[in-house]
This record gives sequence, C-alpha cells and structure tokens, in this order.
Amino acid sequence: MPHASRHNSSTATPSLWPDSTRAWTCAVISRNSCVVESRDRKSDSGRQGQPPIGVPQRRSKSGYAHYALSLCVHLFGLFPLARWLVLGYLGGLTANPQEFLIRSSGTWALALLWATLAVTPIRRLSGWAGLVRHRRKLGLYAFFYTVLHVIAWALWDRGGVPASMWADLWLRDFIGIGALAVLCLVPLAVTSTHGWMRRLGRWWTYLHWLVYPAAILSVWHFDWMRAGKNDFFEPHLYAWALAVLLGVRIVWWARQHHR
Amino acid sequence: ASDDQPSGLALPAPRNAQWSTNEPVNSWRDITTYNNFYEFGTGKGDPARYAGQMRLDPWTVRIDGAVRHPVTLDIDDLRKLAPLEERIYRLRCVEAWSMVIPWTGYSLSHLLAHVEPTEDAKYVVFTTAVQPKAMPGVQEGILDWPYVEGLRMDEAMHPLTLLTFGLYGHELPAQDGAPMRVIVPWKYGFKSGKSLTRIHLQATQPTTSWMRAAPQEYGFYANVNPAVPHPRWSQATERRIGSGLFAARISTQLFNGYAKSVAGLYQGMDLRRDF
Repeated sequence: MPHASRHNSSTATPSLWPDSTRAWTCAVISRNSCVVESRDRKSDSGRQGQPPIGVPQRRSKSGYAHYALSLCVHLFGLFPLARWLVLGYLGGLTANPQEFLIRSSGTWALALLWATLAVTPIRRLSGWAGLVRHRRKLGLYAFFYTVLHVIAWALWDRGGVPASMWADLWLRDFIGIGALAVLCLVPLAVTSTHGWMRRLGRWWTYLHWLVYPAAILSVWHFDWMRAGKNDFFEPHLYAWALAVLLGVRIVWWARQHHR
Repeated sequence: ASDDQPSGLALPAPRNAQWSTNEPVNSWRDITTYNNFYEFGTGKGDPARYAGQMRLDPWTVRIDGAVRHPVTLDIDDLRKLAPLEERIYRLRCVEAWSMVIPWTGYSLSHLLAHVEPTEDAKYVVFTTAVQPKAMPGVQEGILDWPYVEGLRMDEAMHPLTLLTFGLYGHELPAQDGAPMRVIVPWKYGFKSGKSLTRIHLQATQPTTSWMRAAPQEYGFYANVNPAVPHPRWSQATERRIGSGLFAARISTQLFNGYAKSVAGLYQGMDLRRDF
C-alpha cells in the first residue's frame, strides 16, 4: 500500500495532524511502526524559527487560506441546522415537520459524506495539499447528521419504541441497509482523533476504507427508500456523483499499480 | 391558495352529523399545502405550487360504460345533481400520516343511480385529468398517465363514498382535486382520485395506476389496515398532521375507523391477500 507523499499519495491517505504528514509517513515507512513521537500540530517546516504555539504571530498567506476554508467548512456543516431553526421559526417545515426533518437530516448526511469523499480527488486535481486538513471536519459533520437522522427515525418514525425499531431493521430492507451504513460510520467517527490515528497506525487507513461501503450503502438506502414511487432523480444524482468520486480513485489506483 | 384562511368561491352546505367525526379538524393551510398530486410533482409542496396552472373551466365529466344513460355533464350540473352536505372525514395516507378534513359533496351513489348501471356494472373506474402543459409531473413520467383508480360497485355505492366538490365550505382548491374528486375514507388516500374527467362502469376489475407501477406494494383494495404492512413501512401507527412536533403517533384503525359501516363489504375475504 502506498503511503502519502506530496506527489504520490494514496487516495486513502490518513490526514493525521495535518502538517506533519510527511514526518509521520516517514516514520511508518522507515520503521514499519505505528509509533509516532511527535504530536506537533504545527508544520515541521513552518515552525522552524517561529515562536512557540500560543504566541501571537503573523499568519502566512496559506495560513489565512486555511482559516478561511476552515470557516467555510464549519458554515457548510452548520448550515442545515441553522436552516431548520429558521424554517421552524417561520413555520416552513411543512405540515409534516417530523418527516421533513427525518428526510432532510438524511439528505444532508449524504451531502456531507460526499463532500468528505470529494476532498482527495479535488486535492489531487488542484494540487492543494492543505485541503486534507478539512476532511475530518466534513466527515464528523456527516456523522453528526447521520446521528440526527437515526434519532429522528427512532423517535418520530418508530415512536421511540425499541421493539418497533428492531422490527423495522429486519422487516424493511432499506432500513436494514441504512443501519449497515451507520455501523460502518461509527468506528470512523470513534477513531477520528489523533490518539486513535497514532494507536492504529497504518490500520487506521485500512479501517477508514469503511467509508466506501458506508457511502455505497447510504445511496442504496436512499434509492430503495424512493423505490415504488419511481422517484429516483435525487438518489440517481447522488449515485452518479459517488460513481465519479470512486471511479477516479479506481483509475488512479490502477495507473499506479500497472505502470 | 396557501393562505391560512379558506379561499375560493363559497360552497355552503349543512353538516351531515351521521357521517362526520368529532375529532379536531386540520387547518386549511395543512390541507392545502401538504398534498400528493403527482401530476404536479412528487414533492408535497408541488401541487400547491403548480396546480393553479390547471385549466378548470370548462370542465365536463363523462359517465359511461355499463350504464343505461351514458352522459357528459358540466361541472355546474354535477354540483346540482344532489343536495350538497359537509362531512368531516379522517383521511389516512398510505405513507402513514393522516388528517381530519371537512369535505363538501354528496354520495357518489346519487350520480351512479342517475345513469342507471346495468347488470354488467361490477366496477367503477375513475380517470383523472391530464394537462401536460400545466402539470410538470406528467412530463417526468412518474406513473402512466392518466391516473386511474377504481372501486368495486358495492364500494362505490356505499353512502360513505363521497363525490366531493368542496373543502371548508369553499370550492375545492386545485391542489386538492378541483373541481370534483372522489373521497373513499376507509381506504388509503391514493384511492380517492382527484380532478375527475371520466367515470366508467365495467364488468372487469381495472388495473389501477399504482397497481401497474408497483403491484407488490399497492393492491386494488388498499383498505386501511394496521395489520397489513406496506413492504417498506409499518401501517400500525400514523402521524396525525398538525398535532405538533412532539405529539405521539396514534394507532391506525382497521378501515380507518369506519369498520362498523364497511366491514360487511369484505366478509369472507382474506384482507392480507386482497390488500
């Protein structure tokens, strides 16, 4: 499995504490070990000759770009929540607000998961290595809306009755598929911390390949939910986008291994 | 027509207490902004958004097939064919939500008696309007258009089956099936065709639009039945629209609570097979 370097990065590169990626991969490659001593959040090169963390300093141009992008990611991630609050205040959650929120949370979970999966292709096409530093935020927002989606289903669709939830999982295929997708996402969210990255080492990368089955199962869940109503426009849109996001990875992977 | 107050021409009628429920009625806003009318799109808000484009005048309805007096009637003649009355019915959607709605109309049996069905009249087929220019959903081909629904003759003749012209004492808004629709309160909502253009009596059971689209999910009878789940969701409970964000779901009743009146129609039938 190829590890990350500036010009030859795996599509599943672990982001780690972003600016020290190179040091980390070197450590892993050279010693084939999961142990990484440095937990430094600041760039190795960037810190040379710089004041210690916490001391006010002038930010570089890329530093500003990073914070601007970071802000954008948070705004994107919090937008659905803000939208629901505004719609709720204005009475715009339709006559069936429960169903609206169940579906909306699912749609936004999907959109944010897709955005997470878009980071690597965009980074590779644009050469903007700093993008990977925002992937975890996007992934955790995707998980956040997934959790809201599950809670909304449990309380509003199943009335908060555990037996009813359990029955739904087995009786209704699309619910079971959705539950599998959630099961794939849970370990990813749990191991999203620096501590877990360090402990798992390269296994972290393998574990996080679960994002692919999670995405496929999610869009399958969405598609199946609409089946019978023959209303496939949105699920197909997401399916095509996912095909592109996974397709470029396969092409890149094939090129790397069959040169 | 998404205002909070009833709008449109007034269509006053005395309430029929015998066939009305005492449950709290849903708001005009709920009833006119949350609709399934796929000719205008699959979104619940699509009908309110686009149905105003539908051409309602002139409007005639053809009633023919196994009848002694086939006729084509203008909507004004249809409204005057029998005395109008208001009936407050529960409406249970197959999607597991429900409302309580004050409809205005008269029993379909009055119209059917008017055309004198023959012995061959075993089923009634309702065909609804197709106006491609006004209906974005028709161009998307979600279902085979026109939308076709049907009832067995005894179901159609049951006094609960309402030929409906009004809502909240006003003419039906376009998104609720103007100018004339049918309401069959003990069946899932999709059985109650909107904006009818033809009522055809025949000897054979018709294949309805939903049976054609998804036969494993939608049967001909579509009686409300908490014991027969939809393949993709339970029908045991329902969400009463307008009851608040944190209101508990309510238990769905067999035949939507009209079992006393209609259970006799299905004696000896296996309701799981004939769903």
